[in-house]
Amino acid sequence: MDPELLARFERGDRRALARLITHVEDGTPQGRAALRSLYRATGKARSIGITGPPGAGKSTLVDQLAAAFRKDGLKLAIICVDPSSPFTGGAILADRVRMKHLQEDPDVFIRSMASRGALGGLSRTTGAVLKVLDAFGFDVILIETVGVGQGEVEVVREAETCLVIEVPGLGDGIQAIKAGILEIGHAFVVNKADNPGADRVSEQILTMLSLNPNPPEWQPPVVQTVATRGTGIDELARQVRAHWAHLDAKSLRHRHLGQRRVADLSDILKARALGSASQRVLARPDFTELRRQVELGQIDPYEAADRLLPFDGPDEWRLP
Amino acid sequence: MTEQPHKIRVVVAKPGLDGHDRGAKVIARALRDSGMEVIYTGLRQTPKQIVHTVIQEDADCLCVSILSGAHNHLFPEIMKLLRENEVSDVLVLGGGIIPPEDVPGLKQIGVSEIFGPGTATFDTVRYIREHVQPRA
Ligand SMILES: Nc1nc2c(ncn2[C@@H]2O[C@H](COP(=O)(O)OP(=O)(O)O)[C@@H](O)[C@H]2O)c(=O)[nH]1
Ligand SMILES: [Mg+2]
Repeated sequence: MDPELLARFERGDRRALARLITHVEDGTPQGRAALRSLYRATGKARSIGITGPPGAGKSTLVDQLAAAFRKDGLKLAIICVDPSSPFTGGAILADRVRMKHLQEDPDVFIRSMASRGALGGLSRTTGAVLKVLDAFGFDVILIETVGVGQGEVEVVREAETCLVIEVPGLGDGIQAIKAGILEIGHAFVVNKADNPGADRVSEQILTMLSLNPNPPEWQPPVVQTVATRGTGIDELARQVRAHWAHLDAKSLRHRHLGQRRVADLSDILKARALGSASQRVLARPDFTELRRQVELGQIDPYEAADRLLPFDGPDEWRLP
Repeated sequence: MTEQPHKIRVVVAKPGLDGHDRGAKVIARALRDSGMEVIYTGLRQTPKQIVHTVIQEDADCLCVSILSGAHNHLFPEIMKLLRENEVSDVLVLGGGIIPPEDVPGLKQIGVSEIFGPGTATFDTVRYIREHVQPRA
């Protein structure tokens, strides 16, 4: 425990910020206590999620986009999530390799995170780390997701603007878009537009978007970029700012923040409910015996659960 | 509540202008395979970039691989910047090609250990486990 840590954080000490993020990631008592006292100071930063397949150029785009926002004088934080090995729990976090522009800039803070077993494209604590950075006073926070698989929809929960990156030349790219990612994009980026086929990918995305039976209030633009050369980045930054203006004009930002707060309440309640139920079950003198009987097949797990944790709520909760 | 063990985070850096980062990648993989989180920065980082990375990533350990013979210039610069930023609890290790006669001088300025080309990665892993500072 370091009683000075929070005070240093509040004075703008970046080492204290970095250490606090470690506490939050590791779920220490100090991390939990800090989150609680910071919570009221959150909700000011803009958050941008960047998702897309591995190698699509997400890190390179983040680097360029961040440089574009720096020209507006905005203070930036970047969270990059990479996968942890399911076997050893270790990870190689290499997104910084593509972010050389930003590494000497005192108004940019980059933090690499390992997914630590989570599957939705973020780690379990990414949302909490976002809050720490928000409370520290960054104007914009960019979040690069893991970029494997298709279920990377977690990022919409955390980021108010989501960029979906596609590239030409992935035969099944459009299939991947179909599987639920079309709905989360506030802008679609066709990166590596220096490779053949970019126009076709853009057209396909536009076609898919136009098939939406209830056209949304916001029409997601499709932007072509060559991140390695910086081509198309100004247009992308312009579209992101347009999305911010849209969120503000329609009070959508308020609604998003409200939903986030309610989701946080729900998470806290779930954790507490689970904790207090576990405590009650573990405290019962017949717990070990009943568990053994279940193991031996002498009674069924429903029967044991009824005895260990009597529950008279609706059946769909009683019998999962 | 039982406390989760602290995840060891290591920055692997390869400053200097010489070519490849094979050695740095070998050590990065070995550390990952032993369960650590490795922040890999790529080639040609300046001392300033390295120190910024160590601070932002809250690293427990910094492994610097140098092949170019510039160690007597780069290490003092890195150690000076760490000191200026009041980063005192990071374990600094050196790797690559460093002549034995230069090792005492590097240790004197705060580099904890030098692991030459012949070192088994296992030894580096163990050294880090045994020497990283507990977190406050
Ligand atoms: N040809 C081309 N290569 C690119 C472009 N953007 C990124 N790359 C390269 O694609 C590779 C993967 O980029 P990276 O940003 O690490 O992708 P990530 O895995 O999605 O974060 C790197 O070698 C980049 O230099 C682009 O617009 N055109
Ligand atoms: Mg990346």
